[in-house]
Amino acid sequence: MGRKILFVTTDQQRYDTLRCNGGTIARTPVADSLAAAGIRYERAVPQSVVCMPSRSTILTGQHPTTHGVWMNGVPLPVDAPSVAALLQRHGYRTALVGKAHFEPFLDPFGRFTENSLARSGAETVQAPWADGSTGPHRGFEHLEFATHGTAAPLHYVLWLWQNHPEAIGMYYPVLDPTFNVNAAGGGATGAPQVHDNAIEKGWYHTDWVADRTISWLDSLSADDDWFCWMSFPDPHHPWDPPKSELSRVDWREVPLPPGYPASRSEREAILDAKPAHWKMWYDGTLVSNYEAPKSWVPATLTADQVREVNARNAVEVELIDEALGRVLTAIEARGWTDDVDVIFTTDHGELQGDFGLLFKGPYHVDALMRLPLIWRPAPSAGIAAAVVSRPVGLVDLAPTFSAIAGLKPPSWMQGHRLPVSDVDAASRGFERVLTEWDSDLFGVDVHLRTITRDGWVCTAYRPGYVHDGSEGELYNLADDPLQRFNRWHDPACAALRSDLITDLWDHQPPAREEALELQAPV
Amino acid sequence: MAVIRRELRIARPADEVWPAIGDPAALPGWFPGIVAAQVDGSSRVITTASGICLPEEIVTNDPVRRVFQYKITAPLLSNHLGTIEVTDADDGCCLVSYQTSCEPDTIALVIGGACGNALHELRRQLEAQPDVPSPAQLQAQPPAQSGSSPTTEA
Repeated sequence: MGRKILFVTTDQQRYDTLRCNGGTIARTPVADSLAAAGIRYERAVPQSVVCMPSRSTILTGQHPTTHGVWMNGVPLPVDAPSVAALLQRHGYRTALVGKAHFEPFLDPFGRFTENSLARSGAETVQAPWADGSTGPHRGFEHLEFATHGTAAPLHYVLWLWQNHPEAIGMYYPVLDPTFNVNAAGGGATGAPQVHDNAIEKGWYHTDWVADRTISWLDSLSADDDWFCWMSFPDPHHPWDPPKSELSRVDWREVPLPPGYPASRSEREAILDAKPAHWKMWYDGTLVSNYEAPKSWVPATLTADQVREVNARNAVEVELIDEALGRVLTAIEARGWTDDVDVIFTTDHGELQGDFGLLFKGPYHVDALMRLPLIWRPAPSAGIAAAVVSRPVGLVDLAPTFSAIAGLKPPSWMQGHRLPVSDVDAASRGFERVLTEWDSDLFGVDVHLRTITRDGWVCTAYRPGYVHDGSEGELYNLADDPLQRFNRWHDPACAALRSDLITDLWDHQPPAREEALELQAPV
Repeated sequence: MAVIRRELRIARPADEVWPAIGDPAALPGWFPGIVAAQVDGSSRVITTASGICLPEEIVTNDPVRRVFQYKITAPLLSNHLGTIEVTDADDGCCLVSYQTSCEPDTIALVIGGACGNALHELRRQLEAQPDVPSPAQLQAQPPAQSGSSPTTEA
């Protein structure tokens, strides 16, 4: 019997939403206690700041350039390498409960397993694997899916239809009648994607994900080794937690985030110093990607709307923390705690008011790139608690799962087992993390390549719709933690910039042989 | 209105590829996600794997130019036009393009994505078949002589 793995992801959660990371709004005692007993990473960086590429990186242990999922709407090939398949082949019981999103949601042709599995009633389907064999879909022998709201035909929606059909219409409609991301506002401030959801807390998808995880764990034998990916759809927008829970955080009392410059002129001066697409999106003159409502203009965002979004986000974060606590209690009841590794993270961040913006896009700054990451090793492993400040990536998760299972990470994984301390990180060469962005929506294309190293974040732009390829961003994370001052053109940083750019291009991962096509907006 | 165009090369001559395109009832055989197609004259109703029925009007089916065009007439979208064109490359291969235009843009992207995937499936099926001479090749070849022996090239 080996170590078991509870892998917990949220969706679009900022680093600073956890108390253990300095957050002040949401109460997160469960995550905080995991951090205190384990390893808390202060600079965990995604390889993409959107869902599908980032989640594909987690599963494959590869950068987006290599696994090929360059944007939402590009499905990860069903036979892509999968750490879940590796574990399953070596005797682990495997499950994914909650949001997967390796395949597009908008799927009227019903081509993708994630959208068809619930109706089939099967726990999984047999599919080709990267090694030429076949096995359960992406290595998961048990799959139960959920996402934001009730538009997609996933397990959670079917459960709601069957048990609480009156609640179906209570959620915020994620898409508008033109199938674009909905810009409709609500709550007290009219903030976009804020909505009063009358659903009972126990029916909300956060509790459902925890309930279904516990149910799957209960189905296992005491001696089973298992890998369970529990994937909460929150706190990704829409911000529509159960209305009954809103009193947890009074939005009027929520301080404006440090990243939100309250003065309009200051906001706009900061944006003007960044590559053109920042201000163009703010002004409503350019929509470069599908991730934010097309018809919403960020310049209209008010301070009160920022407060209300942050309040509702905090409510969702608290609900996740409590749900995680219930799952850990269930694990304790099975007598497994000593042998269970718990890893908590998210796929990418959320602007959440920084620079006067919401949602996400081609913006490689801490709001989207600094992630919560906590690894509470199995107590039986005897690994000391620590804080790691060196940069690590989500690409390092798959090798970490492999190592926990006692397996040598296969050669297709591009990351490395997470360090357990800064000393360990230094000795094993954790120096840089790479992040990339490629989007092409109706002829508007944006291409970024970023390196995080030595306390700096440096982004190079490739030619695109509004960029000629000479643009860039360079931020000192120590002196400028809010990334307000772009040092790209600072002569004093010329040598550093040159060194970082050389390092960035020298370490680009190999590209997938055949480019994958966009199949849907999301 | 968005226009999404996908195209790929198939290592088969246009004459071999066109029959699948030009037979409006054959669509479920090569378009993943379409499970049925009922054809009545210039009308076609397709059923997707998720159970959606979409009525269509066939507006062009030209075996000479090898062009097939249809409109989805469901109220979900407007100004739809799907155009499939098979162009001989004169090297035993052909280029197949599948263009989708419609509103809203997002639906054009979804349909266009499925059409691109269908082209890949069409190529997979056709290229998996053993080489067979096309009607044009058969016409160009002199009839085989009884008792002749095959020639070999050094």
